[in-house]
Amino acid sequence: MTAPPATPRLRATAVGKRFPGVVALDGVSLTLAPGEVLAVVGENGAGKSTLMKIIAGVYQPDAGTVELDGQPVQFPGPREATAAGVVLIHQELNLAENLTVTDNLFLGREPTGGGGLRVLNRRAMADRAAGLLARVGLPADRLRKRVELLPPGEKQLVEIARALGTAVRVLIMDEPTSSLTQKETERLYTVIDALRADGVSVLYISHRLAEVTRCADRVTVLRDGKNAGELAKGEITHDNMVRLMVGRDMKQFYPKDKRSGVGGAPVLTLAGVRYRGGPDVPASLEVRAGEILGMAGLVGAGRTELSEAVFGVRPLTAGELRLDGKHLRVRGPADAIAAGLLLVPEDRRLHGLVTEAAVGFNLSLPNLDRLGSLLGVRRRAEAELHRTWIDRLRVKTPSAAQPAGLLSGGNQQKVVYGKWLARGPRVLILDEPTRGVDVGAKAEIYALVDELAGRGVAVWMITSDMEELLGMSDRVVVMHEGRVAGELPRARLTEEAVMHLATGGTAT
Amino acid sequence: MTRILGVVGLLVVLYAALYESNPAATSTRSLTSLANIQGRYGVVTLGAALVIITGGIDLSVGSVVGCSTVLFGVLMTDYGIPPLPAAGLVLLFGATVGLVNGLLVTKLKLQPFLVTLCGMFIFRGAARMIGSVVGAQSVTEAHPEFAPSLDAMTLYLVGKDEKGALVFPAMFALLLGLAAVVGFFLHRTAYGRYWYAIGYNEQAARYAGVNVDRHRAAVYVICSTLAALGGILLFLDINTHQADTAGAGLELYAILGAVLGGCSLRGGEGTAVGMVLGAMVLPVIEKLVNFRGEKSTVIPVVIGTTLLIGTIVDELIRRRSRLNR
Repeated sequence: MTAPPATPRLRATAVGKRFPGVVALDGVSLTLAPGEVLAVVGENGAGKSTLMKIIAGVYQPDAGTVELDGQPVQFPGPREATAAGVVLIHQELNLAENLTVTDNLFLGREPTGGGGLRVLNRRAMADRAAGLLARVGLPADRLRKRVELLPPGEKQLVEIARALGTAVRVLIMDEPTSSLTQKETERLYTVIDALRADGVSVLYISHRLAEVTRCADRVTVLRDGKNAGELAKGEITHDNMVRLMVGRDMKQFYPKDKRSGVGGAPVLTLAGVRYRGGPDVPASLEVRAGEILGMAGLVGAGRTELSEAVFGVRPLTAGELRLDGKHLRVRGPADAIAAGLLLVPEDRRLHGLVTEAAVGFNLSLPNLDRLGSLLGVRRRAEAELHRTWIDRLRVKTPSAAQPAGLLSGGNQQKVVYGKWLARGPRVLILDEPTRGVDVGAKAEIYALVDELAGRGVAVWMITSDMEELLGMSDRVVVMHEGRVAGELPRARLTEEAVMHLATGGTAT
Repeated sequence: MTRILGVVGLLVVLYAALYESNPAATSTRSLTSLANIQGRYGVVTLGAALVIITGGIDLSVGSVVGCSTVLFGVLMTDYGIPPLPAAGLVLLFGATVGLVNGLLVTKLKLQPFLVTLCGMFIFRGAARMIGSVVGAQSVTEAHPEFAPSLDAMTLYLVGKDEKGALVFPAMFALLLGLAAVVGFFLHRTAYGRYWYAIGYNEQAARYAGVNVDRHRAAVYVICSTLAALGGILLFLDINTHQADTAGAGLELYAILGAVLGGCSLRGGEGTAVGMVLGAMVLPVIEKLVNFRGEKSTVIPVVIGTTLLIGTIVDELIRRRSRLNR
């Protein structure tokens, strides 16, 4: 390790930012050396995104300074920050989906000729675009493709390539892997390694601590808008990060207090199920009372699709569903819900919540059949339902009238649980139950799921988070390319065994 | 809430301008007659607004109104069907149109804009094909025995006696009654919740077990049925009607009324009170233009400009309240 240079690439000192009613940042500092990958971790609401937005000129700080290569800077907007080589890649990608990759790479700074006519210099664009794509490891045939046709991982790489086109010095990535497959994530690491070798400094925000362990040179932990600590390369472990993030030891992170871990009678049985648009191979499995059945598989293995077919979103074309051994007909979600078969969907903002509407509206939505009378919805009963579930799940919200979309990810997810728990589930299908949820809320959700299983609810948990799978499951079913590749009892549950089946290995 | 205040403010300004232009315009008599016209617009606006709340749009409203007016007249004059059953058939016609629109939008997943744009042409054309000029007088000439029930219907629905003099603003009363029903469904029952949920996020509603297709189709049925009712009211309210012009442009009036009343074209927003208030705006503007002695040709310009200003003010207020949050 060479001695750190005298002036860091980026230095933020005692940065403060308040929004009406909240102090988002309270004197946060960080430094970033040239060619260093610094991970910034913290619970949702710890101030990570705000800090990144200040560095990238989206927000103006109320206090403190930001220096770039020793020069104090205060960018009036992201445009100026980009011009100075500080580029933020948003969680939601900012690509024009209807344009080609090449058009996107130069959007807003097209090489043009003809003076005010701004005639596009297509040849220059094509030449430079090919070079940029090569740097992020994308094949040249992507150049003319429309961005909407690319998988999410490649879109992410296009964003990085666009940043590279601006002589980037500091690249800020906010949850870059949240929509990527494992393979795409690996590719991203390779690109980050290449950037580091080129002397580009990277600020990396992620909830996935395993990723941070893999690619960060150093970790800065934020908690409640303050610096909570820093970890050098050798100290980066999951436990160390979690301890700094929550400010306490996470004992019982994956609780098994309320359930026995041994499933009772099968509650939900899938017998040779096939569905429209699904694979040719029928799927069979059973979920038992009081157990957590984990379902593993690579992205695209058909886990979400299978659960959606059971929930009635995708029509079944063959096979049978049985609830408590009796045939169950599901023509749509309404039938599944009536039978107590409830789904917490993978995409919370698209399928789980009406984000524009109030927390209470969302809690009521699937329960209105029980709140209704001839005179309309019984308001008192409804208010009671809102109070009960907001309190029991400890949803942090000013009131039931707060729009659900304004809550943090963890609290949004709790609202999705609340709307189903109010119905009393028999089978609870959890699809990526803690995606985009901070560590504290994760622990609460795990405790809740444990408690539900303890009360006899059959839980079917689809997850791509290996730690969660290993920590929570009583039994695991692994899917590969649309079929059930194998089943692992708790005793034989290891990461290697899961990956073996998930990548097409045969059951042993 | 601020949305309602906005349209109330606009109405206050418009009524004040009306008074200022000519105090005669704000005589009780003049205001009741205005209220009656507002009622007729309002009935059609309610339906269009419900469709907008679920995130759809219905451009066929004006043509359905016109077609219903002509159909009502033709059924009585040419087919000798008495007024009451004829009105029932016209409402059935409206419901059928709505059902077809709803099924095309939900089952075939066609875009509402296109489906109802086609409807706009089809029903205007249909109105021209089944008759050219209709009116109460030609009905009673062909079938004098219909006169008593037609007069009764005119009195109860439109509030005018057999001489055409306004007795009471029945159409406004009808609007308030219908708005109360719509408001009850929208704000007090599960149906309304489902409509808002569909308008905001159709997928989330589906995953919460809402039968999205059925509710979407239902609002189109309500919308077209109310448009058919609007056609009957128009027939009873005014003496003669051309198939070319009856109800023309009403779809835009209805959409504008809904938007002025706080419905968002993105779906998911709107209140029954807002719909009534929004529907009241355009007739006042028309009357104001008439009383100021301007040519009626300026009406579209005035309406367009007022709306544009309203939209700008609304957006500015919203930005400010967002900043202050």
